[in-house]
Order: sequence, then structure tokens, then C-alpha cells
Amino acid sequence: MKAAVITFPGSNCDRDLACAFAEMGAEVTRVWHKDDALPAGTDIVAVPGGFSYGDYLRCGAIAARSPVAAALRAHAARGGLVLGVCNGFQILTELGLLPGALMRNAALRYICRPERLIVASTDSPFTAGYALGDAVTFPIAHHDGNYVIDAEGLARLKAEGRIAFRYATNPNGSVDDIAGVLSENRRVLGMMPHPERAMGMTGAQESADGSAFFRALCAAMTAA
Amino acid sequence: MKARVHVMLKDGVLDPQGEAVRHALGSLGFSGVEGVRMGKVIELELQATDAAQAEAEVRQMCERLLANTVIEKYTVEIA
Repeated sequence: MKAAVITFPGSNCDRDLACAFAEMGAEVTRVWHKDDALPAGTDIVAVPGGFSYGDYLRCGAIAARSPVAAALRAHAARGGLVLGVCNGFQILTELGLLPGALMRNAALRYICRPERLIVASTDSPFTAGYALGDAVTFPIAHHDGNYVIDAEGLARLKAEGRIAFRYATNPNGSVDDIAGVLSENRRVLGMMPHPERAMGMTGAQESADGSAFFRALCAAMTAA
Repeated sequence: MKARVHVMLKDGVLDPQGEAVRHALGSLGFSGVEGVRMGKVIELELQATDAAQAEAEVRQMCERLLANTVIEKYTVEIA
């Protein structure tokens, strides 16, 4: 299984994502934002957290118009897997691969801490390793994670079971406590919390709840 | 030719920054402020000489990059 991790100027979680995929046995390639093609046979594209292009204009806006973004869009259109974490989630909404948008946190503060999430759908390659209602702890680290979507869009996400994760306690004002959403074909996931920072790699204090996320994802790719 | 683009959050989208500014104004003693909405002004210097054509092009720029029309609305002035 092949994972491609994109690096934009200002990305800072690209290595964490690459390590998480490698830990589960994936062949990881790093892709630069100026590349206009993905490595042949790429199964999943990971769009990392950070501050791509300095968050100029809007978080993720410039990255979504970069050369690699066209290749990412084509990969998603073919039914390829895409994971966007934090700034990556913002980029996927700016690309229109996921509905809604991410605004400034309701309390206007940057928040960096472990956050408890509830698994709200297990019907995706990303969340198949959990049981519905499982509580997992992933770190969050964002200033603009306040998910907004209109009432009609929210009703659709709920009806189609496309809310992947909800916050146990809403940290940022997101509508319906939404922490992560799936695309219509359930092959694209965007989420503000960082499963790649919860691999239990850096000691006893760190949550290892992200391992099940990447294990299930890599198993799904191997089986496909 | 110059163009000025105003980007604002759509009506109905809560503006946490505007709210914070409203509170700060209140704490300075400006008690009559009922609402604050914040946006962006973007000024463009254009080669175009035809105002209608320039406006049409700037609107395309707004749709494709300058505004996120999921949450934002925009107006274009050509001068």
C-alpha cells in the first residue's frame, strides 16, 4: 500500500503523518506542493497540518490552488483515499472535496491540548477499527477549527452518517460538535484532531488511540 | 484601473471576531454598539481598461479564490 504525504510551505505535521503510515507498514512517498503528479499507484494522499502558505487570505486557500492540488482533486475523483488533518481539513474544504468551512475558534484562542472524541461513524476505511461511540483521545492544535455548514448541509451529513468524529466537549464552537467529516463516497476524511500525534511513540503520557486509525486504514488498503 | 473587493461573512454566519471587538468597544465605554461584523478589503491594480470587463474578471477571481462563498459574500468596486 502506498501513501503520499504532501508538504506545503508551512506544513509541520507532514513527518508525523509519514511516520504513522510507515509504522503500519505503508510505503510512504513525500510529495512537494509544486509537483503536479502523484507517485504511480498512490492509494492514499495525506494532507498534513500546519500553516500552509502562512495561512494567508484564509487557512488552506492558497494550498487548495497549488499545483499538487489538481493532482489531489483527480485522485479523489478516481475514488482514491484522502486524509486531511487540521490544516489538511481546511485545505480539503477549500478544495470543495468536503462540505462546509472552518472558521476562527468561537473563543478566538489557539487551543493545543489532548481532546476526547466520540466515534460517530465506523462506516469508512478510516474508522473501521473502532466501535460506534468509542471514546478516543487525539491532540488538537488549531486556531481555526470551528466547523460551519448550513442547516441543509448538516441535515445531509447526519442523514448519510458522514460525521466521523464528534468532540465529547466542544472546544471551538463547531456546529453539532463536529470534529471530522467524510465525503459522499466515504473515501475522503477531514478532521481537526491529530490521530498521527496519538501513536504512543513518545512515551507514557501520549495517547495511542491513533494506532487503530492507521492500522484499519492500512488494512483496508492492503485488502483492496 | 483599480478594483476594490470587500469580503464579508454572509449574514447569519456568526462572526466571533466581530463579537470580541464589540465587547472591547463596550469595555471602553462605547455603549451604543449593537453589532460588529469584520471583513477584508482587497485592492487590485489591473491592466484592463474596460470597466465592465474588469469587473467580470474580478468577480471570477472572487469566486475562485478571494472569497470562500460557503461562508463569505463579496462586492466589487471598479475605480
